[in-house]
Amino acid sequence: MTRWTFWIPLGLFAAFCGLAAYQLTQPKDEFIASTMIGKPVPDFALRPAHDERPGLTIANLRDGKPKLLNIWASWCVPCIAEAPYLEALRAQGAEVVGVAIRDRPADVSRFLATYGNPYSRIGADDLSEVQLSIGSSGVPETFVVDGNGIITYQHIGDVRAEHVPMLLQALAEAGQ
Amino acid sequence: MIAELGLAALWIAAALAVLQLVGGAVAQRDPESDLAKLVRPAAIIQGVLAAFSFVMLLYLFAVTDLSVKLVATNSHSDKPMIFKLAGAWGNHEGSMLLWITVMAMAGGLIGLVERRLPEKTMMATLAAQAFVAMGFYAFILLSSNPFERLPQPAIEGMGLNPLLQDIGLAFHPPTLYFGYVGLSVAFSFAVGALLTRKVGPDFARAMRPWVLGAWIFLTLGITAGSYWAYYELGWGGWWFWDPVENASLMPWLAATALLHSVSVLAARDALRAWTIMLGVVAFSMSMLGTFLVRSGILTSVHAFAVDPERGSFILVLLALYIGGALLLFALRAGTVAEGERFAIASREGALVFNNVMLSAILGIVLLGTLYPLLTEAFDVRVSVGPPYFNPVGAIFVIPMLMVMAVGPLLRWRNDNFHRVKLPMAMVAGIMLAVLALVLVLGSYGWLPMLGLAVSIGLAIGSFLPLRGRNLLRVPTATWGMVIAHFGIAVALFGMASESAFSEERLAAVEVGDSTQVGPWTVVLDQVAPVAGPNWTAIEGRLSAQYGDGAAIDLRPQSRNFWAPPQETTESTLATRWNGQLYAVIGNQASDGRWQLRLWWKPFVTLIWYGGILVALGGLLALIGRLRTDLKRRSAKSRNAERKLEEAEV
Repeated sequence: MTRWTFWIPLGLFAAFCGLAAYQLTQPKDEFIASTMIGKPVPDFALRPAHDERPGLTIANLRDGKPKLLNIWASWCVPCIAEAPYLEALRAQGAEVVGVAIRDRPADVSRFLATYGNPYSRIGADDLSEVQLSIGSSGVPETFVVDGNGIITYQHIGDVRAEHVPMLLQALAEAGQ
Repeated sequence: MIAELGLAALWIAAALAVLQLVGGAVAQRDPESDLAKLVRPAAIIQGVLAAFSFVMLLYLFAVTDLSVKLVATNSHSDKPMIFKLAGAWGNHEGSMLLWITVMAMAGGLIGLVERRLPEKTMMATLAAQAFVAMGFYAFILLSSNPFERLPQPAIEGMGLNPLLQDIGLAFHPPTLYFGYVGLSVAFSFAVGALLTRKVGPDFARAMRPWVLGAWIFLTLGITAGSYWAYYELGWGGWWFWDPVENASLMPWLAATALLHSVSVLAARDALRAWTIMLGVVAFSMSMLGTFLVRSGILTSVHAFAVDPERGSFILVLLALYIGGALLLFALRAGTVAEGERFAIASREGALVFNNVMLSAILGIVLLGTLYPLLTEAFDVRVSVGPPYFNPVGAIFVIPMLMVMAVGPLLRWRNDNFHRVKLPMAMVAGIMLAVLALVLVLGSYGWLPMLGLAVSIGLAIGSFLPLRGRNLLRVPTATWGMVIAHFGIAVALFGMASESAFSEERLAAVEVGDSTQVGPWTVVLDQVAPVAGPNWTAIEGRLSAQYGDGAAIDLRPQSRNFWAPPQETTESTLATRWNGQLYAVIGNQASDGRWQLRLWWKPFVTLIWYGGILVALGGLLALIGRLRTDLKRRSAKSRNAERKLEEAEV
């Protein structure tokens, strides 16, 4: 080893720090986007999750009208938090359909009676099949589906006040 | 009150670190000053206080104190006690507290027991240790306070990542941390030695137990992590070259190189600058790993606490410590004399070769890990995986393993390859025979075949140093080396066998159907829902039969956790002496059939048994070293000391 070689590690390290510092200041995608965006919802048919609303099938998603597809469950705590905002979305003209994950009819009814029922249809997904087939990894999640059953947007986590205008816009875009 | 106690202890510990740094610096000019006398006590009390603080955090998790933010976000009153406790370190803040606790306790231990180093070097080492610790104290106290209270106590906790609710993973991070932090001690030793220009056998012998200890923990941590990923993620693989895995592998590679070069330094007073360099690099890799995992700068399946602000903080620490140490190295390494010379055909020569190969592998892994970061700067997203790492790594791993089989047979300083001709020819012959046999017999990839051949040669070669010796009088450290090298051979055999002979079957079956994979016949008897303390699952009940043997009951599950909501795959394994059957249950198809994924993996378990053997070898070496250290205190002359050392490496 000659003397100048002792400086090589420092040089390499400085280059790394520069690169890392640059990367840290770059905006990052917060979520890993579903690979299903832009793809059609696979075929499915779910029985009603409780007595008051009809079930959900793929035909309902292909009726020409864009919809919000909300994945939720009565045992899910963040779902309570998002309930008023789903209601707000419905009040502003969005059609919301639900998929209840691993739930019992009585629990579904009790949840909807307590926190409001924004859904036009709710299918019961007892084995998480539909949930997994559209690329959702947890509850709650909300998808924007256009009139032909194509997923155009995925929202991971609960819907909060600040997401309402965004989802309405995504819905409007899906309708064009 | 408990949380505030923990926080107060941490602040005082941080203040003691400042005292330790100042005292250590003053000691360089005036070793007799009052401040210099405070350095050792400061290190010891700092260790005690940090430990106290960590115990307070454990207590808060044990009682699920939901007024503490960290507990509320990472625990749940329904969780089993063991996972409540594991929750204390299964998150960013808690794991940083564990890090600083281990580091402070290590510093305290040096202050308590280390008497071999010249006092000045010792003071410089403790000052360096305090300097590193201060950054981490600042990080915890200013940006990651684990004791932060909520304005309103939460009603219920948010749980722990279900992937982490596994006994293996609960203890995997602390194991790795002991390794990482042990390397911080080696780093402080290196910096202390550079500051006082005292690099020699004494320094190497003082540093070695720390490197050995860190290396044992890293070995265990990587082994456990690999097994966890294998059975918990349900992908059927055992190593994915994921950035997080690489983050633990890189310090291990550096520590392995350091371990060998520190032995050369201790025995022969050679490789001075190189050993110092590796001491700096090994800890740099620990910190780099921490940075990559926590900054969110790389995407990984199991990175956590994605937070650019914390990333910036760690980057600053990284620049300060690693940059500072490398600058010091550049300025001082030239003044640390080369040490003694040796011929290429010698024990040192083989160890240098091993060091160069290990460094090359480290370089390759580092490059592969950082490459996506580099290309992303130019808006190109790539992912670097096994197609890069496996063949490129093999270029260096294979020759290294071959030299490994021969190196321990060579004499120090100057030897003749003729002397080890016979064992070399024997090992080479066996390897060629195995290679020829497997090439003739099967249509398998050449790389796993080569791996099999090399592993057999190495397995034999690793025992050759015992040839012709009285086994009862072989030093413990030598046994350690033999077992560690044999462990590498065992692990390699498992890896090669798994990659060459695994069979996979993805089947859609109805209840009652049977499927074949390798020598196994698997019948799906039933599918039933089951519930646990905080999850529900669909469980497949399989009976698996090896050949004509008795049926074994297997129950793979697809689990759903609700706090937080997440789905995990619980694979099941049927282990036989010659391999494992690996079963995963998937979803039900629309026609009512169930997806069943089965693998037959011959000798796969040897990968982890090998890892455990390697760690065991390290442990024996450590015990042997500590015992001779005690003996050495009575060894009078320097010459006698060197003889003792050379007899053992």
